Amino acid sequence: MVTPLQKPPKKNPQVRTRVPTLPSHYRSRSALFMAATAAEGRFMLQVCAEPDCGFVQYPARDACSSCLSDRLVWQDVSSRGKLIATSTVRTSTNTYFRERTPWRLGTVHLEIGPSVMCHLHSEVAVGDEVQLINRLDKSGQSVLLALPLEKAPLQEDDMQLRELTCDPKFRRILITDARNPNAYALAKNLLEAGVSAVFVGEAESWRPYPDRAKLESLQGVELVSLDVTDTSSVQELAGEFGGKVDILINNARFVRPGGIQGRGDVSFAMDEMQVNYFGMMRLAQAFAPAMAGRSADGVNSAVAWVNVLSVYSLVSNPGFGSFSASNAAAHSLSQCLRAEMVSSGVRVVNVYCGPTEDEWHQPLPPPKVPASTLARELVKALQAGLEDVYVGDIAKDIRRKFMESPKVLEKEMTSLEAL
Amino acid sequence: MIKPRKRMRYDGVVVAAPASTPYERYSTETAHWWIAKALRQSIKSAGLAPRDIDGFSVASFSLFPDTAVGLTQHLGLVPRWLDHIPQGGASGPSALRRAARAVQCGDASVVACVAGDTNHVDSFRRMLSSFSRFAQDASYPYGAGGPNACFALLTDYYMREFGVGREDFGRICVSQRDNALRNENAVMKKPLTMEAYLAGREISDPITLFDCVMPVAGAEAFLVMREEDAVASGIPHAHISATIERHNAFAEDPIQMRGGWEMDIDELYGMAGHGPGSVDLLQTYDDYPVIVMMQLEDLGFCAKGEAARFIADKDLTVSGDFPHNTSGGQLSAGQAGAAGGFIGLVEAIRQVTGTAGATQVADAKRALVSGFGVINYDRGVCTSAAILEGVS
Ligand SMILES: [Zn+2]
Repeated sequence: MVTPLQKPPKKNPQVRTRVPTLPSHYRSRSALFMAATAAEGRFMLQVCAEPDCGFVQYPARDACSSCLSDRLVWQDVSSRGKLIATSTVRTSTNTYFRERTPWRLGTVHLEIGPSVMCHLHSEVAVGDEVQLINRLDKSGQSVLLALPLEKAPLQEDDMQLRELTCDPKFRRILITDARNPNAYALAKNLLEAGVSAVFVGEAESWRPYPDRAKLESLQGVELVSLDVTDTSSVQELAGEFGGKVDILINNARFVRPGGIQGRGDVSFAMDEMQVNYFGMMRLAQAFAPAMAGRSADGVNSAVAWVNVLSVYSLVSNPGFGSFSASNAAAHSLSQCLRAEMVSSGVRVVNVYCGPTEDEWHQPLPPPKVPASTLARELVKALQAGLEDVYVGDIAKDIRRKFMESPKVLEKEMTSLEAL
Repeated sequence: MIKPRKRMRYDGVVVAAPASTPYERYSTETAHWWIAKALRQSIKSAGLAPRDIDGFSVASFSLFPDTAVGLTQHLGLVPRWLDHIPQGGASGPSALRRAARAVQCGDASVVACVAGDTNHVDSFRRMLSSFSRFAQDASYPYGAGGPNACFALLTDYYMREFGVGREDFGRICVSQRDNALRNENAVMKKPLTMEAYLAGREISDPITLFDCVMPVAGAEAFLVMREEDAVASGIPHAHISATIERHNAFAEDPIQMRGGWEMDIDELYGMAGHGPGSVDLLQTYDDYPVIVMMQLEDLGFCAKGEAARFIADKDLTVSGDFPHNTSGGQLSAGQAGAAGGFIGLVEAIRQVTGTAGATQVADAKRALVSGFGVINYDRGVCTSAAILEGVS
């Protein structure tokens, strides 16, 4: 039985906040592929590509342990297996685990061959058929956890699973831009996911926008003053709310069509950089340190920083070329933020979104991403504990092509035909 | 397919000069210091000098950044044959068999084999986190840290598979403590009762405190030399009846229930000319009692899964009918890093040369020693064994 998660009591300011510790982050370079696939929640192992072999390897190797070939290919494989041995760790040489004992681990004999050591969900017992998931732990590295085949009631409340996810349940959220047409859908989906509070940042509150009344009508939503282009506004809010933000969702975005020559000047480009790039930097400078300090703070510890990016941060969409460039800058900055947050265990989640259903993308043909889809996928990704999320068919298509060959994708996006 | 040839015997080669340092829980000294201490003791006990050593074999985890090479200059040795054995708990018999061939073939006249490690206050944890690539990638991130997790899992499996209880493991631990009380070098000085064993603090279920070795600092050494030289100098010595070594056996087993010994025992006993029933004492590798049971099975003392029943009516102490780990083993003497791979062998040399003192088994003539080492990921990869026979 999963012990249901209890809503955390009000924080006692007298009690020292627990300093974050981490599980071991050391991995070989080959094993980093496990982390890369864990970022998207995939279960892939190396399979020998020699026609007469096909041996499945684990742990990650540099040569096949059946035929010595170096043709090892990472493939999506079955994650099902049998839990053949278990142990409950009562004491550990590692501080992170020592603070979290009792901690269960087990040996799963996968149906595709190898045996793996893994973390255990509380609903699995020795002898059970289980399915493994590959996720990032607090150190940002890949680990495996065995789940029951059938989803258990309150499965997400399991302590060991929750260490790997960024489940918003009982957590407090800051959405940075109330004016973004996705703000209402985000707030609504988060509330349905059981969050304790949603703060939504609002710039220039005197200027009306369509969703304000709807946002205000949501129980649990609080509009707060925040302008990501204004350093003092960001710092002011951080001073007041910095210690209460468990998940920050940076959805602030400035978007206009156009590339370089059609615009004639750089004023829109500067707005794009102000919001999409410097906005993220201002938010990170103001909020990230407090979040990093609260990443081991119990049920509502700080857990994730979410950037809603355009998938054209990976490759220019010349029709929105300047916007793409500002997102490329923001994407690069998010990688820097990941590096700076890794020691805290706070995950930086990037949501790569295709063209959205809004006024600035109005002339574009479908498929476009409705706000409700973005919100649903984003919340699901937090619950599942993902680090990279691609929302919409176009984003998924770009992802696949980017993984295959960034240069071929660039050729496709910048060809005469595309323009 | 190439068929393995029958091996040559170790005629004309002997093992001698067993040396053990006292063990210390924590040490501020280095591995170099501990190795030198055991080496000096061994060479001195044979009435030799460092310049007589022309072969040198080292096993150690904590020499970094040095290896056996750095040690030659550090210790002023001028060997013409040099070996480094990174086999942890299997290093004793493996060092012995390499050295024996070197002496037999004339590549060296006297090989000093030594294993030792220091234990600084934080060195065990540090060693675990960088023990091996697979451990770093696929076992250390799962919580228990080091071999405790792997052995907890295979002990759990073994207990359910063969209906073994904790008392069965306790018998091994309690009897070894009895033996350790005779060994003044052992770190454990107090008797252990079955009640105390069963009440041991939980570590990683089903493993509890007294199933685990205590990491310590210490070193062990012996010499391998020509029989004629040992006889001429009056050095007590023993013959090497047979040895085996195997790595990464049975990789296809989903969890380790047997070790490489099973592949090679026919050759071991074939070369020795007798079976397991003819040995007077047994020194197993004992970092956890479950692995002792696996050795009893894989070395042919009983069938797979029968070890608990096999030892149930046996007395495993020095004066018992089945003397086992007579110096207390690692469970009670302590695990001095790679010296844990030597402790059984060095004690066996003392036993069959009649120089074991307080732990001496009466009329000990033949000893079987086995090694098990390197939890590279989920199981021990290295196995080895040797049979020694005293000179009557
Ligand atoms: Zn292969």
